[in-house]
Amino acid sequence: MSLLTPHLGFFVWTLIAFIVLLLLLKKFAWTPILKSLKDRETGIAESLASAEKVKAEMAQLKNENEALLAKAREERAQLLKEARDTKDRIINEAKEQAKVEANKIITEAQAAIQNQKMAAITEVKNQVGALVIEVAEKVLRRELAGKGEQESFIKQLTNEVKLN
Amino acid sequence: MAFKRFKSLSVAVFSLFLVLFSGSAMANEGEGAEKKFDPGKEMLDHIADAHEFHFFTIEHEGGHDFHATLPLPVILYSPQRGLSVFMSSAFHHGEEIHEGYKLVGHDIIAVKEDGTADETVKVFDFSLTKNVVQMFLALIVLYLILTNIAKKYKSGQGLTSAPKGLQNAVEPVILFVRDDVAKPNLHGKAEKYLPYLLTLFFFILINNLFGLLPGSANVTGNIAFTMVLGIISLIVILFSTNAHFWGHIFWYPGVPVGVKFLMLPVELMGVFTKPFALIIRLFANMTAGHIIILSFVSLIFIFSEMTKVAGIAFTPVSIAFAVFIYVIEVLVAFIQAYIFTNLTAVFISQAIGDHHFEEDPHH
Repeated sequence: MSLLTPHLGFFVWTLIAFIVLLLLLKKFAWTPILKSLKDRETGIAESLASAEKVKAEMAQLKNENEALLAKAREERAQLLKEARDTKDRIINEAKEQAKVEANKIITEAQAAIQNQKMAAITEVKNQVGALVIEVAEKVLRRELAGKGEQESFIKQLTNEVKLN
Repeated sequence: MAFKRFKSLSVAVFSLFLVLFSGSAMANEGEGAEKKFDPGKEMLDHIADAHEFHFFTIEHEGGHDFHATLPLPVILYSPQRGLSVFMSSAFHHGEEIHEGYKLVGHDIIAVKEDGTADETVKVFDFSLTKNVVQMFLALIVLYLILTNIAKKYKSGQGLTSAPKGLQNAVEPVILFVRDDVAKPNLHGKAEKYLPYLLTLFFFILINNLFGLLPGSANVTGNIAFTMVLGIISLIVILFSTNAHFWGHIFWYPGVPVGVKFLMLPVELMGVFTKPFALIIRLFANMTAGHIIILSFVSLIFIFSEMTKVAGIAFTPVSIAFAVFIYVIEVLVAFIQAYIFTNLTAVFISQAIGDHHFEEDPHH
């Protein structure tokens, strides 16, 4: 059993040991271990990929949100503007209508005043006429001597007249 | 201070241990009246295989020496005498004949009744020697470790949770073999060869490491061991070859016809020299490491043979060097396992690889 001459017994035992070990380890160690390591690696790769995907989705969602927000802001501004316009229009319309109404009322009032005035004047005319007739009657009934007397009498009469 | 004291203490312990050992080492010398220390024989004795685990020997003046050994089973087959199985203790360390066999040195030979060698009887020795037993022990440990880890992976540990304990020690090695040995060489076919390469790596590594235990057998530094691995490599390489590979060997492309005939024997020899280099490399590296450590230890005995004082004085120096080499040997245990596995992967890739890749990167 010298150093450089291979020993048959050890050779055979090593050969058997290696082959048995290879078969046993392949079945009970390498297959499950390598499968687990591979699964873990694919799992990590998938997680990273999905994280990247979620990140992209988030970014897209954010963009969409911002666009939506901008649109909403615009719409609000539009609505406010419309409301302001409507308000102005309503106020203006109301003003116009009020003016028209006021004018109409004024016109009607003026007409009424005119009517009243005319009625009053007519009545005054009638009364003056009646008074004149009455005074003339009285003057005529009294025989007046002098011109002075006549005038004082008329004055007295006129003083009696009270314009209502 | 504490460290210094520890150092001097350890040196003292080592020295005492070695002085005790020196007795046993010299006892191994045998019957010689003049007990002279022979470092060459001692070292080869330690490196070689044996039919027993020998721990130490206590000498008795005149009478029988006491050998503290663990006997191992001897299994012999000879076409003439058939199978015989008995414990190596039956030989009484080469002093007695058992069932017509005698232990001479480390070899078992068939003998005649009168004790002389019987050349007519052929003996095949399938004994469970020191190397075999230690290899089996190492492989059982390896198998238990790896199946234990596999079980952990199956239960989800290391998959859904962080790997723990031994998993953390072995996983990087497995990943190293997969990602730095198999994949760069074998590309798409790595999966197919991975169980073989992993087994090869761990087989060499565990035996290297067990071989470094004090008093253990030098398993990976045995030519039979490395030969098995080399022959298996050769078989795997040959089974991986394709027409392209053989075309390269028998009709080397790109050279004149005359050179083609010159290249043929060279290339054909290359097929066998590659695994042969693997065999010699592992054997020589591991044996050399053991020899260097043993040499440094032997220096103590060589010096102490001159004078006792020189031996004692040289002990710390010797131990320091031996420890230094020992640490390097641990490194070498990993490196040699890696080199053997990596070169096997390279040779397989040469066998399966069509070299279009290297010649034309745009292909």
